[in-house]
Amino acid sequence: MARRQPHNRKRTVITPEGVALPFVLASRGSRAAALVIDLILIVTAMMVTSYTLLWIAGGIGINTAELETNGPKSRALQALVIVWIIAMFLFRNAWFLFFELGPRGATPGKRITGIRIAARGTERLTTEAVIARNIVRDIELFMPIVFIGGAIASGSDTDVAGWAGAIWCAIFLLFPFLNRDSLRCGDVIAGTWVVEAQHRKLGQALSVSAPIAAAEQAFTFTPEELAVYGEFELQTLERVLRDDRGPALDDVADAISRKIGRPYPYRAERVFLESYYLQLRAQLEQGLRLGRRKADKHAA
Amino acid sequence: MSEAAPTLLGRLGGWFSPSASAEIAAAESAALRSDRFRLEREGEWKRLEAIVGRIERGRLRGISDEDLLALPALYRTAVSSLAVARETSLDAETLLWLEDLTRRAWFIVYGPRAGLGDWLVRFFGGGWGESVRALKQDILIALALMVAGTIVGWLLVASDPDWYFALMPGGMADARVPGASRAVLLGTLFGQQDQHGLAVFAAALFSNNAQVAILAFALGFAFGLPSALLLIQNTTMLGALLWLYHGQGLTLEIIGWLSVHGTTELYAILLAGAAGLHIGRAMAFPGEASVLDAAAAAGRRSAQVMVGVVLMLIVAGLLEGFARQLIDNTPGRLVVGGFMLVFWTTYFFVWRGRGKAA
Repeated sequence: MARRQPHNRKRTVITPEGVALPFVLASRGSRAAALVIDLILIVTAMMVTSYTLLWIAGGIGINTAELETNGPKSRALQALVIVWIIAMFLFRNAWFLFFELGPRGATPGKRITGIRIAARGTERLTTEAVIARNIVRDIELFMPIVFIGGAIASGSDTDVAGWAGAIWCAIFLLFPFLNRDSLRCGDVIAGTWVVEAQHRKLGQALSVSAPIAAAEQAFTFTPEELAVYGEFELQTLERVLRDDRGPALDDVADAISRKIGRPYPYRAERVFLESYYLQLRAQLEQGLRLGRRKADKHAA
Repeated sequence: MSEAAPTLLGRLGGWFSPSASAEIAAAESAALRSDRFRLEREGEWKRLEAIVGRIERGRLRGISDEDLLALPALYRTAVSSLAVARETSLDAETLLWLEDLTRRAWFIVYGPRAGLGDWLVRFFGGGWGESVRALKQDILIALALMVAGTIVGWLLVASDPDWYFALMPGGMADARVPGASRAVLLGTLFGQQDQHGLAVFAAALFSNNAQVAILAFALGFAFGLPSALLLIQNTTMLGALLWLYHGQGLTLEIIGWLSVHGTTELYAILLAGAAGLHIGRAMAFPGEASVLDAAAAAGRRSAQVMVGVVLMLIVAGLLEGFARQLIDNTPGRLVVGGFMLVFWTTYFFVWRGRGKAA
């Protein structure tokens, strides 16, 4: 079974310059993975902070009993406890905020899974939007876990209110599954969505890398021979040439050679394909300039 | 080899001279018009990619002013190149890469404009008050709900003291129960200034209250109803508490005790609830816009208010942890509480900030 194509996840945004930019929405799976990674990192950071503070407290040589006295040691301990409470609050609430406001628009988890947040539509992503989408995280994530966990823990003892709470919270938790754009509540409120952000590298222009080889053995195809194929086949051929795998080159060269009824010399399949690609592209692009597109070989 | 040598020389020349002679040489040798188009512009695209890459990695300092100034122009070049390439080129690789580059640059050119620091400056310099004023109607609704909640709480407990135990969470109802003597109640209000660990108490209070306020806001998502319920539920407790102390003739004392931090804290809860109601109302009655757009606009407006609410709760935590225990007389407490009330109201509704008059 072929991998499901992300057709239903493609979205288009018109930039203020009037150009349509395609986006691919992040899959729910990669978003969940990003969340899990972030939660693990947050818990780790919390634990490291806690242990560091405990270690410092141990270094000062105090224990909790001294909190009741009013000496300098007690003051130091109080300061540590305050630092701890504030650190925990920040880890819980500011982690996502801090990273998503950066130029990558992604927390470490999102970065690893190759996704980022973006504003829906043509508006710019604003600081307020990032705040809004993260402030709702609490009821979407922590509350449902508490409620549903509680309902499961008490099993058959759960009263009606407990179940009602659990179901109510489950709606928030499952919200991303209930709409096409897999928005969570925070995304709805902030006007954001999460998209894929993988970067590609630019390959060499084929007509620059090719002409040396093409010039020596010069296959010249007639317009009729080139008229067999369209843009789709051209781009498939481009992929084959860029991948540059022997068996694939052989197969494609054979197929084209059979189709147009023109043999090619032994071990010259790459030159043959490059010549054909360049001439086919030249012909199709000329048509393009005149306003004629040929989508594939079936098009008239 | 004989073919490759001039290209290599041309490239070397390109490295040493600022002109893009290597690119031009390559463009001349390209057989296809669309590839020539690409090669002529590739230098600018690559420059844009380098700048965008640096910004993404967070190395803003490594970018020269020249590059930063050129960024918008380079972005527009890439956008127009993309538009042209779509109509003239069938090179899938270039098209996809160009789309990718444009997208990355778009995120930066149209990204969050201000860093957290700049944003905070704007926030304190009038942005906060402005966002609060935008919620005026919701604040009035929330205020009405809170007043109603207080009255209901009072009336319920006055009609049947058993309600007190239903309204108050277990932990809070320690010594303060119906039937407690005047002395016991007075003891809960005064004489705690030698208590230790006030700072810790304040920090814990803040953390707890902030989480509650965030909840009040976040629940607004469900058409604002849970926000309204939360407001009412919290203020019925207030009403019950007022009734209890009123019964022993300690009305002014309890108001003083509450007002030290209460004016700030209740104000914050009022704003959080109003922000929740704002979103709920926007979703229930979106008007001309679509529900999603209305919710997004309301969410952004009220997010600013919520940052303010968290800050107010820090202040409230400090007041509750220190000022309430250290100021041990009712007039002093009333002065502090009243001052905070006037301060916040002036800051939000009277002071318009810099540059707002223009």
